[in-house]
Amino acid sequence: MNAEERAIYGDIGRKGLWENNTALVQLLGLCPLLAVSTSFVNAVSLSLATVLVMAMSSGAVAALRTLIPHEIRIPVFVLIIAALVTCLDLAFNAWLHDLYLVLGIFIPLIVTNCIVLARVEAFAAKNSPLAAAWDGAAMGVGLLWVLALLGSARELIGAGTLFSGIDMIVPGAHAIQVFGDEYRGLLIAILPPGAFIFLGLLIAARNAWVARVQARAAAPHTPVEAASA
Amino acid sequence: MSNEVQTPVVDEALAAAELAPEPPAPTAAGSAMRSAALLAVFTLAFTALMALTHDATEAPIQASVEARRLELIAQVLPRADYDNALLDDTVQLPALPALGIDGPVTLHRARRGNEPVALVFEAQAPDGYSGAIRLLMAVRADGTLGGVRVVAHKETPGLGDYIDPAKDRASPKWISQFGGRDTAQAASWTVRKDGGDFTYMTGATISPRAVVRAAGRAATAIAPVREALFALPAGASADKVFE
Repeated sequence: MNAEERAIYGDIGRKGLWENNTALVQLLGLCPLLAVSTSFVNAVSLSLATVLVMAMSSGAVAALRTLIPHEIRIPVFVLIIAALVTCLDLAFNAWLHDLYLVLGIFIPLIVTNCIVLARVEAFAAKNSPLAAAWDGAAMGVGLLWVLALLGSARELIGAGTLFSGIDMIVPGAHAIQVFGDEYRGLLIAILPPGAFIFLGLLIAARNAWVARVQARAAAPHTPVEAASA
Repeated sequence: MSNEVQTPVVDEALAAAELAPEPPAPTAAGSAMRSAALLAVFTLAFTALMALTHDATEAPIQASVEARRLELIAQVLPRADYDNALLDDTVQLPALPALGIDGPVTLHRARRGNEPVALVFEAQAPDGYSGAIRLLMAVRADGTLGGVRVVAHKETPGLGDYIDPAKDRASPKWISQFGGRDTAQAASWTVRKDGGDFTYMTGATISPRAVVRAAGRAATAIAPVREALFALPAGASADKVFE
């Protein structure tokens, strides 16, 4: 991989993780975000399944993009995504049954997530399979870290625990009772409004951070102008 | 790479259209036909892919489902207690009000050296705190209860969910008090609050009461006819037993 390609792939990764983050900037695919981010384990499980599905369907669509007529591309994309997810679902069930018991209910849910179709239409249909798969994975990982944060915050404030349900993934591991047994939980954090509130706070934090970075980038010019004035 | 392949194709089409003005560029109907044909090809190809995957995964999926089912049954009936193919030795129960399940129920028969050991079946408590509670239970050939397990429930986390041994922090587990009970008294099983001898946790009586009563109703319906159920041929319907 030469320097130019590395720069392109780096740029795709940066866009997926931060600059064009699905949850914080594009605000796409929020239904599963709200429904599943009630705990850390659920949020991360859904995101992992999303990373897989997005990388796979983006790669497949990019590989077939020259064969797909422009007018019927959307039905064909939907067909490809649905077929691949069905195959993934069956393969997980057959050969990774323990993992399937955890991720299984999330995999079919992802077909309905508009972010998958959005990336296929916006990126995979115009790029090489490798770049498209990487874009899908990066967008998925961008969703993963936001969902992990959102899930932890909602679980911590809503139930006073962290990592509840981890024993489904790591046998023998236990949830952490952060606030002790007396903590009764703040129900709104677990309910859908809690998801909106925490997501709003995360978006606000990201915007504040970006504004600060931009202000700092603009700052060095000021002293020069002041000196010349 | 694939772009390079496509470019000449497009050029040829354009060139052909320029060279031969009659007939002109493809008509709307023509391009619609082409799209429909391509869509059909894609549909066929991906349906074939799904069919192949389904064929390849069917046997392993069946095996894992059966392994999981046996694991679950092992919680109410130790594997060492029987030596027959439990999952194949079944009888179809009709929809019985006592079991609380809409529709027929598959009852598994455990045997050891062809001697009856236990009947394993599912029942449901309709009156949990938040919806139905699904139970798996075993009635032994001697009339005692092998055990009861909660298979599915929606009880309040941290409150009523101790009926599920995975969530129960007490030791011994609450659900373990079913093991070894005589089903002859099953009709009167209830929690201490209602005059029975099943313990419960203060503040969460509804879930244990629902489980105890449902298990009692189911055991009362199944245990008296256990010999008739063991006598039926495998795969038979047990409608006649309950008439």
